Amino acid sequence: MTAVHCLMVVVRGDDPRGHALLSDAHAMGYASLQSVTISDLIFFQGGLGSDLRSDLETILVDPLLQSSTWFRSAGLEDETSLMVESVLHAGVTDAVAEQLLRVARRKGWPVHGVVTGRRIELRGEIPHGLREILIRRLMVNPVIEHWVVDSLVEPVFAQSASEAIDVADKGVLIEKPLPAGMPATEAIHANRAVHLPVRTDSDLEALNRARGMALDPAELDAVRSYYAGRGGVAPDIELEMIAQTWSEHCAHKTFRARITTTTGDEIAPLLDQLRRATTQIDARYVVSAFVGNAGILQFTPGTTFAVKCETHNHPSAIEPFGGANTGVGGVIRDVLGASHRPIACTDILCFGPADTSDALLPDGVIHPRRVRSGVVAGVADYGNKIGLPTLAGAVLYDPGYVANPLVFAGCIGMAKSPYVAERPLPGDRIVVLGGATGRDGIRGATFSSATMDATTGDVAGASVQIGDPITEKLLVDLLADGRHLYRSITDCGAGGLSSAIGEMAEGIGAEVDLDQLPMKYPGLAPWEVWLSEAQERMVVATADPEPLHHACESLGIHCTDIGAFTGTGRLVVRSSGHPIVDIDTGFLHDGRPTRHMVAKLPQPNRIGAFSGAPHLSEGGLGSPTSLDAMHVAEFETILLELLSHPNIACKAPVIRRYDHEIRGATLVRPLVGEPIGGHVIGHADGTVIAEPLAPHGIALGIGVNPWFGMTDPERMGQSVVDEAVRNVVACGGDPDQIALLDNFSWGDPRREETLGDLVATVAGACEAAIAFGAPFVSGKDSLNNEYLGADGGRHAVPPTLVITAVAHVPEASRTITPDLKAAGNALLVVGMTPVAFGGSHIALVRDIAPSSAPPFDQSAPARYRRLHAAIRDGLVVSCHDISEGGLAVALAEMAIAGNLGFDAPTPPPTFRADANDPLRGAAALEVLFGEGNGRFVVEVEQRHVAAFVARMSGDATVIGAVATGEIARFPVFGEDGMSIPVAALRQAWIGRP
Amino acid sequence: MSRRPEAAVLTAPGTNRDPDACLALELAGANPVVIPVTSLLDVRSRLSDSDMIVIPGGFSYADALGAGRLFATELDHVLGDHLSVAAADRRPVIGICNGFQTLVRLGIWTREGYRLALGHNVDGVFTCEWVNLVPDPMTRCIWTDGLEGEVACPVAHGEGRVVCDDATASALMETGRVALRYVRNPNGSRGDMAGLTDATGFILGLMPHPENHVVSRQHPGFRRGIGGGLGLRIFENGVRHAGR
Repeated sequence: MTAVHCLMVVVRGDDPRGHALLSDAHAMGYASLQSVTISDLIFFQGGLGSDLRSDLETILVDPLLQSSTWFRSAGLEDETSLMVESVLHAGVTDAVAEQLLRVARRKGWPVHGVVTGRRIELRGEIPHGLREILIRRLMVNPVIEHWVVDSLVEPVFAQSASEAIDVADKGVLIEKPLPAGMPATEAIHANRAVHLPVRTDSDLEALNRARGMALDPAELDAVRSYYAGRGGVAPDIELEMIAQTWSEHCAHKTFRARITTTTGDEIAPLLDQLRRATTQIDARYVVSAFVGNAGILQFTPGTTFAVKCETHNHPSAIEPFGGANTGVGGVIRDVLGASHRPIACTDILCFGPADTSDALLPDGVIHPRRVRSGVVAGVADYGNKIGLPTLAGAVLYDPGYVANPLVFAGCIGMAKSPYVAERPLPGDRIVVLGGATGRDGIRGATFSSATMDATTGDVAGASVQIGDPITEKLLVDLLADGRHLYRSITDCGAGGLSSAIGEMAEGIGAEVDLDQLPMKYPGLAPWEVWLSEAQERMVVATADPEPLHHACESLGIHCTDIGAFTGTGRLVVRSSGHPIVDIDTGFLHDGRPTRHMVAKLPQPNRIGAFSGAPHLSEGGLGSPTSLDAMHVAEFETILLELLSHPNIACKAPVIRRYDHEIRGATLVRPLVGEPIGGHVIGHADGTVIAEPLAPHGIALGIGVNPWFGMTDPERMGQSVVDEAVRNVVACGGDPDQIALLDNFSWGDPRREETLGDLVATVAGACEAAIAFGAPFVSGKDSLNNEYLGADGGRHAVPPTLVITAVAHVPEASRTITPDLKAAGNALLVVGMTPVAFGGSHIALVRDIAPSSAPPFDQSAPARYRRLHAAIRDGLVVSCHDISEGGLAVALAEMAIAGNLGFDAPTPPPTFRADANDPLRGAAALEVLFGEGNGRFVVEVEQRHVAAFVARMSGDATVIGAVATGEIARFPVFGEDGMSIPVAALRQAWIGRP
Repeated sequence: MSRRPEAAVLTAPGTNRDPDACLALELAGANPVVIPVTSLLDVRSRLSDSDMIVIPGGFSYADALGAGRLFATELDHVLGDHLSVAAADRRPVIGICNGFQTLVRLGIWTREGYRLALGHNVDGVFTCEWVNLVPDPMTRCIWTDGLEGEVACPVAHGEGRVVCDDATASALMETGRVALRYVRNPNGSRGDMAGLTDATGFILGLMPHPENHVVSRQHPGFRRGIGGGLGLRIFENGVRHAGR
């Protein structure tokens, strides 16, 4: 037994981590907590003499910033009321430990193991019964670490890792003797793979449950038929592999399913609908759509872009930092797997309200505040460290996301043309690049395809990974300009090697030897190695691995030749010389029976939709008569409440935590406008990337609106496509050169209503995409975002479609931002389209009568082309799309961003027959806060107003002008008007004076 | 035509602003050559051949154990006091962001008797935004020599707060070690210090990223008619002195 030493390091003076924990504790109601001290614990295994201890302290401790001790007392200090010490489970990625070991090896120090941990000491009163809740909610996460209270934690070093996290297998591993007469190729060493009976329904159902395979009865039946000719038993590793390959996550069963409606109509498979839209649009700039790891675009000769957006919802729910962190890492690998150099990231985050009452949290659910801080830190950590700007995104709050937060992570890559995707050829070597394999992330694909409940965190502990962005950065350095090093490439994501090699071997076959793989620690069963989702790995096929080996050696990347593609059509995997998998790739990929599903289509409220005049009905905010009596002050209050609503309010504090400047190519930033107190706080619509010396670039825009989804899924589909397109057009993107990414996060589609919502949304999204001529090029669906509460209630996410638009920006010098630029310029509303209150944000802050969501505007595509032409002619100085909160919020945001007032006395046209002059009552409410598609506010210099209005063919109305003063005057209530100081708008929006 | 000075750009695993630094160096007239410290054997000889040395930004070794610490350990192991020798030899050296953190940990200023460190930003989180920098009139730093007006460029760091005691702060000021100050302090640095030079004036360590303002349209005020303050000028200064 080697000696173990612990260095305890504490920050001198204020420690931001302690502050953050204290403020979270106060927010949760532990008001009597007074202070928090957090110390880092670094455990060393080895014989450390005093010289070495002193050397280590020199490296680890900066005496100006920290103090340290090699003696940590077991007793509590006088005032300490609670002390928790925690250490990471062995096998959880620990960058500090890895780097220390690396330095130790380099310096020849006798250090054999390093484990890091933390000591948290709290002072102040904690009611005894609440200690455990406080610890679990704020101080530790059982998924990645273990802890002790008021005593000294024992580190677990990697040698005994298999004991420490032996949670991966809770299955029914009953060893059966090999059946007589089994074909020779099926002879599998009983010690290496376990044979499981798959003869009867009950065999299969038991396996399905115990191993969390999440397969349908029809799919289990296909498994039984396949193995019937093989003695009625199946090796565990093959079953696991089938479960991953056939998971919703990997196979998109719902999107490929035959669907019948409850009224008997046949619906084309959803994926076919999306593809058909793309085929019909037939855009010349689409190089590759719905194939491989990402969509590929070419807007100008010589350059292609790879675009992809992924979800990482379940992992983020149980370990917010690691889940979001590896979500970013995964989508970056998708772009590498498409042979492109990653250049930017996007993130769209959906959380429960930060003020959710603790009492309302279902068992086993992490509080939204902690989910948010973990997810934001996880996204920032990966993007910042790997060196990519995080450029476009959104943060949304709704009670529907309390138990199921959503994390959408996107990545854009760039490469020199031509883009060449190739399949492996027989004889090509299979080479694994990057990190070592451990027990991290096993069964991620099936985990993310199942409903979560209170035990998910414990059971799925092994499904969670922590990212290692530095290792992935090395892969970027190797592969971004390394197309000559391989024939074919894919990333290791869900399903690990089993999915990556399984996909590459489809129709060709491969032989793999698992013994060659570098392991993080010993003790893994072969199926665990084969399925491990250890991060930061890529698989390539190459005829000549030598140049690859050399390149990897110089960069310090693991590079392991583990087999070859064969041409036999069978996938054979060996461990210790014995074949443990021998499966027909045809069955693996095509053997899954097509799902047949039933959808109940939604019947949304569409009051007034076709007259173009949505109205407020009796009740709710009141009848038109009582609305007419509403005083201007009430409208002002509503506007301030909307500006401070978490969905609309300023996100600058989050955005500043992401590096959006690296690469120097961020031409329109996510934050724009005049600095206020040194900080730029205004939000951009879309963002633009243009290499520093390039004449053109690309614009990124996001569309997402689950509130429309809860009201009218089809209109959500149309509206979020419109919003994403609107955002890129507003900043200078060409509406005739746009591609779309579709990401669906949904509840369990086996419920007819839930599937019906999905069907309606896909129809809406396709209709709008075709109208805009903007093809889908890649997408991802994450279904089963549901949480089964202890009360038996199901908590499903609201229907959430995220559309990412990527547009060509023909002239980088003609890009536009929404901040008001100069007093005297005219303000115009572009787009005379009907507005509605269904799913609107005023309906979130006021009790408003049921109403329809806004319809799609068929004239939007032509309008966007005209607006784009006007922008290219230099007629537009600012442009902002009108979305959440309507015209009033759009105007307020422009004023806040530019720190300028405006005087807008002239209302835009309204569709109401009873519109009065001056506008008041229902008509005023509609003009100010109604939400509709296809609209913008545009700032134009007076000398260009006539030309602009002519260019817009009567689709633009002057409502007023930018003003020197600090007052924002809105186009209602005539002369007396609705006037609010910009400072008051800003205070509401940023939440402080 | 005179030869373009060769700029050695030192990287470690996790360095990520090396392409940005290379572009700035190219535009400033140098010939950048990236040298990973992991290619250990020849680093020293290759450095000896270079006219200037650049340690760019990033998260070397994942910032494990504190920003710049392991990169400094590595450089110390490979180079010893080579950087100070290079500066004494009138070869410009610049460490940007993580490079500055590395220079501090290497003891560039400690060896001159100034006890200082770069701690966590005062608000505890990574921050990315544009700042304006003013060259200190007292400085003899060749990198900021003769700069007219302010330099505008972004900061993007979590550990950039210059920490030192009062005596050190005044000594740094009096000896002209403070090369650049923030107009508005983004991280709580003592005395608004953004960049420091050494006794020779040939070393500059700074937290902000002048390499991200090399063309005028990169300035965030570009569309509001606000601009100027190219960070490129800092590199032009370095390259000019490297050429001598």
